[in-house]
Parts: sequence; structure tokens; C-alpha cells
Amino acid sequence: MSSTPLHDPLAEPVSGAKTETYTTTCYMCACRCGIRVHLRDGEVRYIDGNPAHPLNKGVICAKGSSGIMKQYSPARLAQPLLRKPGAERGAGDFEAISWEQAFALLAERLGKIRATDPKKFALFTGRDQMQALTGLFARQFGTPNYAAHGGFCSVNMAAGMIYTIGGSFWEFGGPDLERARMFIMIGTAEDHHSNPLKIAIAKFKRNGGKFISINPVRTGYSAIADEWVPIKPGTDGALLLALIHEIIAMGLYDREFLARYTNAGELVNLDAVHDEFGMFVRSEVPKEEGCFDPQNKLWWDRVSDRPVITHAEGADPYLFGEFKLADGTPVKPAFQLLQERVRDYTPDWAAEITGIPAATIHRLAYEMGVTARDQKVVLPISWTDSWGKEHDTVTGNPVAFHAMRGLAAHSNGFHTIRALAILMSLLGTIDRPGGFRHKAPFPRPIPPCAKTPDTPLAIRPNTPLDGMPLGWPAEPDDLFVHEDGSPVRIDKAFSWEHPLAVHGLMHNVITNAWRGDPYPIDTLLIFMANMAWNSTMNTVEVRKMLNDKDAQGAHKIPFLVVCDAFESEMTSFADLILPDTTYLERYDVMSMLDRPISEFDGPVDAIRVPIFPPKGECKPFQEVLVELGSRLKLPAFVKKDGTRKFRDYPDFIVNYETEPGSGIGFLSGWRGKNGEKSLSGEPNPRQLEMYAANNCIHHYELPLSYQYMRNWNKGYLEWSQRNRITRYADPIQIHLYSEVLQSFRLAAQGKGISRKPPEHLRKRVETFFDPLPFYYEPLESQATDRHKYPLAAITQRPMAMYHSWDSQNAWLRQIHAHNYLFVNPGTAKAAGIADGGWMWIESQWGKVRCMCRYSEAVEPETVWTWNAIGKSAGAWNLAPNANESQLGFLLNPVISEELPASNGGTQSNSDPITGQAAWFDVRVRIYPVKPGEPEQTSPQFEPMKPYPGTRPFLGDWLAYFAGSKK
Amino acid sequence: MRPAFSVIFLTTLIGAGQGLFLALYTGQLYAFFDLLPAQDSRSYYAAGSVLALAFLCAGLIASFFHLGHPERAWRAAAQWRASWLSREVIALPAFMGMVLLYGCAHWFCWHAPLFELPGGRAVDPTLILGALATLLGFALFGCTAMVYASLRFLQEWHTPLTVINYTLLGGASGFVLAAAFSALAAPQLSGFHAGWAMILTLLALAGRTASLLRNARLKPKSSVRTAIGIKHPRIAQIAQGAMGGSFNTREFFHGRSTAFMRAIKPAFLILAFFVPLALLAGGMTAPFLLPVAFILQYAGLLAERWFFFAEANHPQNHYYRKVS
Amino acid sequence: MTQLALVIDLNVCVGCSACVTSCKEWNTSGAAGPLSDCNPYDANPTGTFFNRVQTFEVGEFPQTETVHFPKSCLHCEDPPCVPVCPTGASYKRKEDGIVLVDYDRCIGCKYCSWACPYGARELDEKQKVMKKCTLCVDRIYSTTLPEADRRPSCVMACPPGARLFGDIHDPDSVVSGYTLMPEWGTQPANHYLPRRKTTITIHEDQLVRADNPLKIDGKLPKPSRQQPTLDDVTSW
Ligand SMILES: Nc1nc2c(c(=O)[nH]1)N[C@H]1C(S)=C(S)[C@@H](COP(=O)(O)OP(=O)(O)OC[C@H]3O[C@@H](n4cnc5c(=O)[nH]c(N)nc54)[C@H](O)[C@@H]3O)O[C@H]1N2
Ligand SMILES: Nc1nc2c(c(=O)[nH]1)N[C@H]1C(S)=C(S)[C@@H](COP(=O)(O)OP(=O)(O)OC[C@H]3O[C@@H](n4cnc5c(=O)[nH]c(N)nc54)[C@H](O)[C@@H]3O)O[C@H]1N2
Ligand code: SF4
Ligand code: SF4
Ligand code: SF4
Ligand code: SF4
Ligand code: SF4
Ligand SMILES: [Mo]
Repeated sequence: MSSTPLHDPLAEPVSGAKTETYTTTCYMCACRCGIRVHLRDGEVRYIDGNPAHPLNKGVICAKGSSGIMKQYSPARLAQPLLRKPGAERGAGDFEAISWEQAFALLAERLGKIRATDPKKFALFTGRDQMQALTGLFARQFGTPNYAAHGGFCSVNMAAGMIYTIGGSFWEFGGPDLERARMFIMIGTAEDHHSNPLKIAIAKFKRNGGKFISINPVRTGYSAIADEWVPIKPGTDGALLLALIHEIIAMGLYDREFLARYTNAGELVNLDAVHDEFGMFVRSEVPKEEGCFDPQNKLWWDRVSDRPVITHAEGADPYLFGEFKLADGTPVKPAFQLLQERVRDYTPDWAAEITGIPAATIHRLAYEMGVTARDQKVVLPISWTDSWGKEHDTVTGNPVAFHAMRGLAAHSNGFHTIRALAILMSLLGTIDRPGGFRHKAPFPRPIPPCAKTPDTPLAIRPNTPLDGMPLGWPAEPDDLFVHEDGSPVRIDKAFSWEHPLAVHGLMHNVITNAWRGDPYPIDTLLIFMANMAWNSTMNTVEVRKMLNDKDAQGAHKIPFLVVCDAFESEMTSFADLILPDTTYLERYDVMSMLDRPISEFDGPVDAIRVPIFPPKGECKPFQEVLVELGSRLKLPAFVKKDGTRKFRDYPDFIVNYETEPGSGIGFLSGWRGKNGEKSLSGEPNPRQLEMYAANNCIHHYELPLSYQYMRNWNKGYLEWSQRNRITRYADPIQIHLYSEVLQSFRLAAQGKGISRKPPEHLRKRVETFFDPLPFYYEPLESQATDRHKYPLAAITQRPMAMYHSWDSQNAWLRQIHAHNYLFVNPGTAKAAGIADGGWMWIESQWGKVRCMCRYSEAVEPETVWTWNAIGKSAGAWNLAPNANESQLGFLLNPVISEELPASNGGTQSNSDPITGQAAWFDVRVRIYPVKPGEPEQTSPQFEPMKPYPGTRPFLGDWLAYFAGSKK
Repeated sequence: MRPAFSVIFLTTLIGAGQGLFLALYTGQLYAFFDLLPAQDSRSYYAAGSVLALAFLCAGLIASFFHLGHPERAWRAAAQWRASWLSREVIALPAFMGMVLLYGCAHWFCWHAPLFELPGGRAVDPTLILGALATLLGFALFGCTAMVYASLRFLQEWHTPLTVINYTLLGGASGFVLAAAFSALAAPQLSGFHAGWAMILTLLALAGRTASLLRNARLKPKSSVRTAIGIKHPRIAQIAQGAMGGSFNTREFFHGRSTAFMRAIKPAFLILAFFVPLALLAGGMTAPFLLPVAFILQYAGLLAERWFFFAEANHPQNHYYRKVS
Repeated sequence: MTQLALVIDLNVCVGCSACVTSCKEWNTSGAAGPLSDCNPYDANPTGTFFNRVQTFEVGEFPQTETVHFPKSCLHCEDPPCVPVCPTGASYKRKEDGIVLVDYDRCIGCKYCSWACPYGARELDEKQKVMKKCTLCVDRIYSTTLPEADRRPSCVMACPPGARLFGDIHDPDSVVSGYTLMPEWGTQPANHYLPRRKTTITIHEDQLVRADNPLKIDGKLPKPSRQQPTLDDVTSW
């Protein structure tokens, strides 16, 4: 229709430009996809998914595609900054200093702390992926006060499942949607497994599987579910227990699987006066050295009708019944106890609580049970189980589940997740095709072997901590407490308040440190966490705490160091800001020692490589730690003579070994002198190059016979032991019934010889450490007048935003410039709130003014919003009148980090077992604004100012074009 | 649609210019047939042509403000075979050229007869040029109107009434202008022009009312159901993927309240039709009212044109209802 | 005759917007670039995008369907945006049916955008020319990219593979999808695939079964009395 175009659409826009392509690993979120970064004349032309990467297979998400705008963001920090003398914290008055000054200042301050009381230094990290290094640094420093984001993120998920099946969702395992016929996704919005899950769900749907989403809200993945089951927040425990009830009542469980691979048939001591009450009875097999439950429990054999050692040749346990041992001890199989536990958890009972019709619950149970039983996947893969029995096939019951923070972020989440893991086990779906599959280094013994010290004596001046700062308690004696049972750690993790707080309780650190409870600290180093904003509960008060002073005018938290890459809300409260690089400017390691990116078929770890030099004076935090470690002469970082051991972080990655000569380092690929070894082997000086040449990953594919049933797969377990992934090769029986929990309950009941909880926590420990899952209303709910605050308020991850990171991203912020509170139209109209109108959302802790959006895709007793879109004015170098701070809002000011405790004090607003932050427990009410109220979010904070070295963006226009202009 | 002032001024100014020319030429024809007294070529026809050209030029200038790349405006003539806009782009300068020639012919008194009509009336170049300009003037009305009327998605515009109304409204405002001009330059003609202006204004009122009634009863052909291809009685947009606005939210929504929309309708009807009618009637005896009539009618037409654009519902709007 | 197009499978689109920003990053530095952004760090940020993902809710709670709806230029077979263009800057390529804008010819009159019923065109407010999805014409025919990468950026990015690309006139490419606003006869080349629902039917006998494991432990399955029966809904 037209003559030759003047503008040739096919011509290279820049002729003769120099183009380069690098592969590395994305870090626009925690998913860690493989990417290709394409440069034109030295600038990013585009970033796309690496087709050769096992995780994302070439696809990329909205965030990953916007990496350019992160790299060139005007919100990036550029120099170390020191708070100006006399300036208030939060006011953002800084002066630039040199790195030498920063290091000198830190080395002096930290050196003094280390020489006197190392626990006065606390290191807490947010959404980072380098806990291998930060954890090592803390331990070497000698402080117990270290944790990463897990406690405020999804520790319930990790702990609830690992304490039950030895593995978990999160980065540790997932649903095998390749083979599943039915997929039930519970409380998941976007997840750490973002792209892979999207790929898998689509494939699953196209293969005709049925996808069910259980969620109060229908967005994102749930949008394409075949069935949406709206549920009231915090009530999934009731639903799952009712499903278990139905599955057992109808005989829809996989009996063979339960008998052989779980503790269903193991006999529990029911002699109420016995010190071992509620523990498994054991035969006289000598107790093995170590942390792992030995295979010395008993079954009541159906064949011989007498107790036998489990898995005795030819034996088959009764799963139901009531028996008496020869010495008169009454015993029952664990499964019998489970059945008794769920007896009253009927669908009708659950319908009341969850809002899901009983008929739906029945149907869901039947669909799961029948699909698992009748659509078996049988793979011709032979393997040998831990008891030497050879199997010709691997059988799968193709019902897969996935769950995340919708279950985890409630104070009853641990038991809910235990119930889920048990349901999955009843259906016989653990590490089997079409069910749940582990990812190396999981499965691990229940609980995993790593332990914290159990005494404050482990903390000594100028000495590394004697034990790990984080670990997996197996019994009360593993707790990290004082003689009197009081906490050793600043966050009170591993204390009687939160015994299984395996990821720490980051959300309480600031409050505890401010209050000096259990003790004041000196220096708090926060890395990659926006604790003055979105990762803190009670944001308004916490911001005050950060700047609060004692009678002498000294800050209650004396020294605050923040390492960030951007002008976040947190940085404004820092005394010292350490400017970090971006993911395109540094080496990073997704290590087997932390959370690798393993696949179902074997371990995978990965690195990031720098594509650009650091911006300005930015320095990778890892370099900072290596430097500080060397200056402080932490043993792992210096040679015998006290001189520096590692030139820099790459040198550290390659040459660090967990113990001299252990052959285990941060990376598992291309080890050995010439890179010929995998998993372990001596350091290889060319290791990073080899990774870089291989798409920055090392993928070790297990032989097929090691890929399934890994909890009990002799070949796999021995392989894993040989390669030092685990210390033990014993089978990992599923804990339907948890002895670990019972051991804490016994202590609370005053039984046995272990440590006992302090009086005021006895009742709590006794109640919550139930060896079988039970349902209770979330703690905050129990402490709320439900008539006054009738609604649940929750948040969701938007797919195109990562927490608070992306408001500085010119492209992503156009998609989510501000947020609304989504309310069911019925609920909103009843409250007199218009669609698009201004309103208040109020809890007993605080209130926020925001805008309302009607939505039919939310359960009527729930309101929700996208997480962390709202920003403080001026933060992230946005204009003070930007939508994010004027129209957008953060829900966190209505969430409290503490609840009233039974002793009149306070306790963390967390799961009483794991210390998981109970983000989604808050109860609220909503009402319209009064006429004349400003159309602006409340609360508002003093606008932040641009820092030295950060340039505000000039002009109204951004017209990004890579390389020299046309 | 969001009314663009460049286009509002373009269409109303050239409409008045076209109408004025037609009024002048009608006057000349009447005079030709001795129905009206003849007027001076220079002080009346040439001056009137200059006035018409002034309006046309102003319209043309306004149109440049609508373009992202006015320096490339010449390219717009390329697609006359397919595009009404291209045709308008050709018709406007062509008409202006012809009016210029017509004005020149009068100024330079090209009255040498070219031929004679059977009745013995001598036809001079001004008459021929005027006839050609008249054709072009009507063509221009057609092109301008068809720019809008040809967009079948904009159902409010996609009707012959658009062409009729552009012509009548332009004609009416031109004749009112002519009446005012004549009041100064040729008082004998002002009554004639005022009379025709009243007739045209009445016709335009009828045409515009017809289109208002039609549009009020329009059934949109598209709905959110056809827009996304899902047949369900209850579909609500939640998000459009851009919260700070986009070209689609800026270009296709007038952004005014329904109250404003409701108020502007009687406002332009009164201003563009009833007030000028009254003033024209008064102008018969008090000629000083005629310029006032033009000014007020023109203001009314600006409002009318604003409403014309604003009233049109673009089907793309089904995709741009809500953000979140 | 070839007609290249996208087919968008709403059955698997999760509304992630990967197609939105991957399109932006490819095209801002490509033949159509830069794609300008206004107020990038200020109030009401807004910019030129070729593709946006919208969200609609269908039905009422609890029978709600949330539909994510990506939309870019549909490369109509009878594109109303082309003939209206006064300069010829809008054109449809004969060889593959892609509708393009000739940026050096465009005068930025916006008329074509009025003529598109779908809102698929966006004026670049800085460059002042009309822009729209090019179907990544500068990728799919690129001679410098590896063969496998010669696909639209959004198609390569889309995690669930909801965006399919090909010649819809090729009889081997099954396009069973529907088109948008068929009432205008624009014959959009891009098609949409609808949502599908998988259900499971369970029969009563499947719940009882002779080999019910409860029997092994000497129990019997509980008759499922809670299940609805005819008694609940009829009375003879
Ligand atoms: N794009 C993007 N991806 C991310 C992140 C991000 O910020 N952006 N963050 C990453 C991080 S750190 C994490 S921890 C993961 C989190 O991944 P998810 O756990 O998927 O994240 P949330 O958005 O917290 O999702 C919680 C979901 O649970 C639902 N829900 C809330 N309460 C309940 C309940 O009681 N029962 C049920 N059944 N559902 C409930 C909510 O509606 C929501 O859909 O995502 C990671 N991935
Ligand atoms: N209401 C509510 N609150 C929540 C949640 C919720 O669901 N609802 N979810 C919680 C969960 S699961 C999590 S994990 C937390 C996450 O909370 P955080 O980990 O605190 O939050 P992020 O926004 O990820 O930001 C951390 C900081 O990292 C910085 N950063 C980004 N890239 C880099 C880098 O390369 N180097 C350095 N040094 N810094 C960088 C950012 O600028 C930002 O300041 O939020 C929690 N908060
Ligand atoms: S999912 Fe995360 S890691 Fe993967 S491409 Fe997106 S932002 Fe990058
Ligand atoms: S990338 Fe794919 S799944 Fe994501 S919004 Fe676009 S079409 Fe939908
Ligand atoms: S979708 Fe719009 S812009 Fe694209 S070809 Fe069709 S009419 Fe033209
Ligand atoms: S804006 Fe450009 S492409 Fe569109 S009609 Fe005008 S000249 Fe043609
Ligand atoms: S085909 Fe290319 S230009 Fe069109 S929407 Fe996809 S990425 Fe954008
Ligand atoms: Mo998290």
C-alpha cells in the first residue's frame, strides 16, 4: 500500500556497533534464572532468558526483562556515606567518605566488640542469596546474632515440611507437574520458583491435568486454575485436617507407602506416667552416634501378631489398633493416633471455619484420593531401598501440591504445613513421579544435623562461635538458651519462646535491640533488607525505635550499618551506608552450602559473573566481608601468620574450603586441580572460568535409579553420603507423628531429664508442641475483638515487582505505580466505600488511608493489596509527589511485630513453634474517609533527600537506547 | 475522545472561512442575476476574500499544532486515493488557492467577459473562479467531515449527518460572518446575508439536533464482551497494565464529568443557535448586533465541536476503564 | 500468502507482564526505538509500550474468573488504520502481512490510532510519531541473530508459553482461536485461545472398592453418608 519505506524496519539501528553476549544469573528476584546479557557498544541492548539454563529454559519474566532500568537507575548509591554529625537518623543527611575510612571505622568498632562481647554485633540479611558467606562471617566473628530473611519469610514452610518429610517446598523441592494429573496449589502468589513454576503449570494444564487453587484471592497463577477454592485466611489447617479425615475414613490412603516409608506403623508409648510417654518404643539396638533417629522402633506385625523391629523381613505392621507390649506398656501405631486426632475434624466442622462448603471438601478428598490411587504412574526404573529390597519400578501417585506463604505466614502455619505434608504422605506422593520431588541437598535427616550451640558459653571474645548461628533442634537440650531458659540470641530464636526458629526472627531484632531485651547490642549490620519499611511490621513505631535515644542522648541502637544498592527507606536510618553493586557487577554464588538451584534430577549450583565494573565507588558486599574478615583476623580469612588469606571474593570462592583439605567449597562444579571432579575435590584455580563457559551453572544429573524415593533410596543415600552431602545414609522415614515435638511437650510437662521451659512458657510449649497436627485459630485472631475487626487483611506479591526493589525501575513502576485495597464489592458497599474511593483500613495496632478497588475475586471476609508498592516520599530517588508515596500504601503499619504475652509482657507475633512472622494474621475493619480528608495516603513521612553521589534524574524524559545513537 | 483544540479550531475556523466565501459568492451570483445590487470588487469581494483566507489560514495554522511533525506535513498529501485526511489536506490549500485567485480576480478587476450566457449576461473570470472555489469549498466540507464520518468505529460520527452538519454549521457561521462583514462593507447586503444565515442556522440546528437524538439512541456495536471475546453478562476491568496513564487514556477520554457533559449540550445549543438567531433577527434593524452574533456563535461552535469530539465513544475504551 | 501473527492462549496466561517489558527492552533499542518514557521517576509515569496486559474479572464471587488479557497490535488482515493514514506511513507488508509504521514518514497526526478499534497504537510523545507492535520484524528476519532467536521478543519471554507465533495462513498451523471485536470486520490476524476447564468425575463405586486398605486393618470404609443424595432435592 505504500512505496518503499523511508525507514527500513529491518536495518540495524546502529551500524557497525560492537555487540557482545554474556551469560550469567538473573537477580531481579530470588528465582535465579539463567540470562543472556546482550551489549551494544558496551551498553545493555537487551537481557533475555538463557535457553540452555535448566531453570528457565530461555524464558524470562517482567522483572528480568527490566534489568536495564535497574542497572541505570538514578536511585543507585555510589559512595560510602556517613551520617553527618548531629543529623537525625532518618533525616538522610550524609557525607561521602572513602572506603578506607569506612573499613577503618568498622574494623575498629567491630574489633572492640569482638574482643569484649561478640554478641553485641548483629548481622541480619534480607532477600540475599549468600548466606553461606554471611553465616560464615558471623560465626567466625563469634556472634550468635545472625539470620537471614527466612524467619519473616517462610520458615514455617521449611520447618513444617523438613520436620515431617525431610524436605520442603521453597527452594528445596517441588511438585512434579510433568507427571501429575492433579495439582493443588495453596496460598501461593508468585514464589521463589517463579519462571519454572509458570512453565510447569502451563505444560500441566495443556496435558489435561486438573489445577486447583486454594486461596482467598484469585489472581496470577490462580487465575488459570480449573477450580478456585476461596478460603478464609488462616484456616487451611482445618481444611487439610478435614481432608485427612476423609482420606482415612474412605480408605483412600496409600497403605503400602505409609507402612514402609513413614512412621505410621511405629508404636507409640501410651503409658501416661512414663517419662517416654508419647515417644516411640524402641528395641535394644544400641543408639547410634549423632543426631539422627536410628531405625530401632517397633511395629506390631500383622503376620506374626507380635511386636517386631520395623521393616523386619516379611513383616507388615498394623496401622490401626491398640496393643500391649510384654512389659505391659500400652502402645498404639502412630497412624491410629492420627486417625483419632482427625476423628472430629469432619468436613462439616471445617466448612464452618474455612467457608468452604462441606460438599466441596468431600469432593476434593475423593478427587485427590481416587486420582492418586487409580492413575498411578509406573516408571521402569529399578532401585534398592534402604532395607535392601530391590524394586523394578518406581511408582507415582500423580497428585501434586504446592504451597507457600499463604500457609506459612500465619501463627498456626507450622501445624497447617505439617498437616499438608501428612496429607501428601497419605496419598503416597513423596519423592515419587507426579508428586512432590526433592532437590539436592534435600532430603535431609529429620531434623537436619546442623545445630546451634546449646549454651551461652559458646560465645567467647575473639573466638568463632562454637556451633552454627542457625540450626535444627531435635530436642529441648538443643536449644540455645541460658541456664534459666532465657534466650541467648537477640531475636530469641531457639529459645523456649520459639524453639524451632530455624531461620531466626529478623522481624523482632530492631524491637528487641531497642528495648534491650534480652540485652542491648552495639552494632547492627543490615544487608539487603529494608527494615525501615516493608520487611518490618509496625513500620511507624519501628522507624521511631531506629532513631530513639536514651536519657543520655545516645541512640538505643548505637550503631547502624546498612549495605544496600539503592536509596531505600532503610538507608536513611543508617549511620554508615555501604553501597553495593548490582547483580551485573559482581560475582555471586548460588551455593550448595546455602540454597542452590537444584533440579529434581540432581544438584545444580550457579554463579553470577560481573559484566560491568562497579558503578562509582560501589563495592560488592562480599568483598566488604572478605576485607573485614581479613582486617579482624577471623580465622577463616587469614593464614596462620595472621596475614590475609584471600585476595578478593573470587579468590575466596575458588579457594575456600569448609575445613582445610575438605574439598568442599562454595561451588561443587569443576573441582579438582583441573576441574575434573564434581561436588568435592581440591580447589581449581580456573573454576570460575569453567562456570562462566558453561552458562554459569554446574548441573550434576543423578543416575535415574537415584532420582526417586530418595528418603529411602539406598543408592542415592550412599551416593549422597560419599559426596558429603549428608553425614548419614540411613533412611529418612516420614514423621507423621513427630517425636521431636513430643520431646518438647514432655519437657513442658516436667517429664524426663531434659531442660524444662521457664514457668511462664510451660503452657505454651505444652499446647503447641503437639506431635500430631491440630487446628487453632491464629494467635492474633484470638487476641482480637472479631466483631470490631471482622476482616482479614493480607498481601500478595505482584509478578512484575520484587518487594520494594523495583519502584526505582522506570518500566516496572509504570505497571504498579501505586496500589489499591481490593475489597469484595459486597463488603465494600456494606461499609459505604465506593469503587476507587478513599478509605481507611484499621487494625488494633494502626491505620492506613488508601484507595479501594472492588474485586469479585476475593473472599468477602478478606481484603488484600499488592505488597510493598507504597513507598516513603522521596525514597528510591523518586519525586516526593510520586504515586508510590501519595496514592500507594504499605500495609505494614497495621501489622504488629508483637502480641501481648501471658506473663503480661510481649511476645513476638509469630508462630509459637518456629517464630515465623505472622504477616497474614492481622484483623482489620474498613470505613470510608470523612468528607474533606486529603486524597493522599496516610501515614506520610518527611520526604527523603537525594544523597551525595546520587543524581536526581533530570528532565521529564527517558528514552533509553543502547549504544551510540542513530 | 479527547477534543484537541488544534482540531476544534481547524474545523471551526475553516468552516467559517468556507461559509464566508460561499456567502460572498452567493451574493455575487444574486448580483449577477440582478437580484441584489452589485458590489465593489476591491472593497467588498477582494476584502471579503481576504477575510475568508484569514480564517482559512488560521485554521491551517491551528492544524499544524496537531501534528507531531509539522515539517513533514507535505507528506500528508500522498494518500489521496485512500485517506480522507489526505484529501482534506489537498482540498484545503486547493480551496484556499482558489479563494485567493478569486480575491485576486476581484482585486485586479479581471472583469473581461469570457463568454456570454444566453440571457446576455457576461461571465467573467471571477464568476468562474468563484464557481470552482465553491466546488472546492463543498469538497472541503465533505473531506473534513468524512475524516470523522468515515471512522466506522466511532458510531457517533459515522453518519451522513456529520457531513451535513459540518457543511451547515460551517455555512451558517460563514453567513453570519458575511452578514457582519457586509454590515461594514456593504450594508445593503447585510440583510440578505443575515436572512440566509438565519435559514442556515435553523437548518444546522435541525441537523445537529437530529444527530444529538441519533447519538442518544445509539447502541454501541462493541462491548467489553466483544472486546475480550468472553460472553458473560458481568465483566469488570481491574487493571490495564499502566497506572500513570497511557496514550490510550489520554487520547480517547475527555476526562470531564458527566455533569459537565450534560451542561455543555444546552450551552452550545443556546450559544451556537438560539442566541445568534435572535441577534440575527435584531441585526436586520441594528446591524451592530451582527458581529456580536458571529462572535457568540463562533464561541458556541467551539463548544459544539468540543462536544462533537468528546461525545464520541471509541471502542478502544473498553480496554481502558480501570487501573489497579 | 503469508500472514504472520500471534496466538495468545488465555488458558495459560498468568498475567505476568513478561511480554510487556521484554517487548519494551527489545524495541527501545531496536528499529522502533527509543520508546520514550515520560516522568520516569516522577508522578504519573507513562511511556510507550507495544504490548500491555490487562486484567478483567468475569462473574460474581465465588464464580469469579480472573482473566489476564495481553493486547498488542493484532495485525488486522483488513487494517482500518492503514488506509486512513494520509502519508502512507502506516502500511501492511505484502510479504508477511505485518502492519508497520514508517517512522520517517509519519507526521504524528494520530489519525490511524483513531481508526484502530483496539487501541493498539501509541504515539511516542517524545519522538512524536506513531508506534505499535512490529511483530518484532527486526528480530524475526535478523541475519545476525541465531536461528532460534528469530522469534518475537515477547514470545521468547513468555514463561508459560502463552504466546504462539506463526503464519496463520499456513494450514498446518492450527488456529482455533477467536478474534476480537469481530463486528468490525477487521479480521485481526492475532487470535486468542479461550479458557478451558478440566474436571474430574468420581463414581460412588470408586470410593468403596474391594481392595480398600481399611479392610487390611480390619476396618470398613465409612459409607459416605454426607454425600448429597436424591433425598436432598426431591420428595415423591
Ligand atoms: N514477583 C515477585 N516474586 C517474588 C517475590 C516478590 O516480591 N515479587 N518475593 C519472593 C519472596 S521473598 C517470597 S517469600 C515468595 C513468596 O511467594 P508466595 O508465598 O507465593 O507469596 P505471597 O505473595 O506472600 O503469597 C501468599 C499467597 O497466599 C494467599 N494467602 C494468604 N493467606 C492465606 C491463607 O490463609 N490460606 C491460603 N490458602 N492462602 C492464603 C495470598 O492470597 C497469596 O496469594 O515470593 C518470591 N517471589
Ligand atoms: N506486609 C507484608 N510484609 C512483608 C511480606 C508480606 O508478604 N507482607 N513479605 C515478607 C517477606 S517474605 C520478605 S522475604 C521480606 C522481604 O523484605 P526485604 O528483604 O527487606 O525487602 P526487599 O524489598 O527485598 O529489599 C531489601 C533491600 O535490598 C536492596 N537491594 C536490592 N538489590 C540489592 C543488592 O544487589 N545489594 C544490596 N546490598 N542490596 C540490594 C533493596 O534496595 C532493598 O532496600 O518482606 C516481608 N514483608
Ligand atoms: S523469575 Fe526472577 S530470576 Fe527469573 S528472570 Fe524473573 S526476576 Fe530474574
Ligand atoms: S508473558 Fe505470557 S503469561 Fe505473561 S502476561 Fe504475557 S502472555 Fe501472559
Ligand atoms: S490492531 Fe489496530 S493498529 Fe493493529 S492492524 Fe488492526 S487496526 Fe491496525
Ligand atoms: S500518525 Fe503517522 S502513521 Fe498515523 S495516520 Fe498519522 S501519519 Fe499515518
Ligand atoms: S511481537 Fe515484538 S513488538 Fe509485538 S508485542 Fe511482541 S515483542 Fe512487542
Ligand atoms: Mo520472602
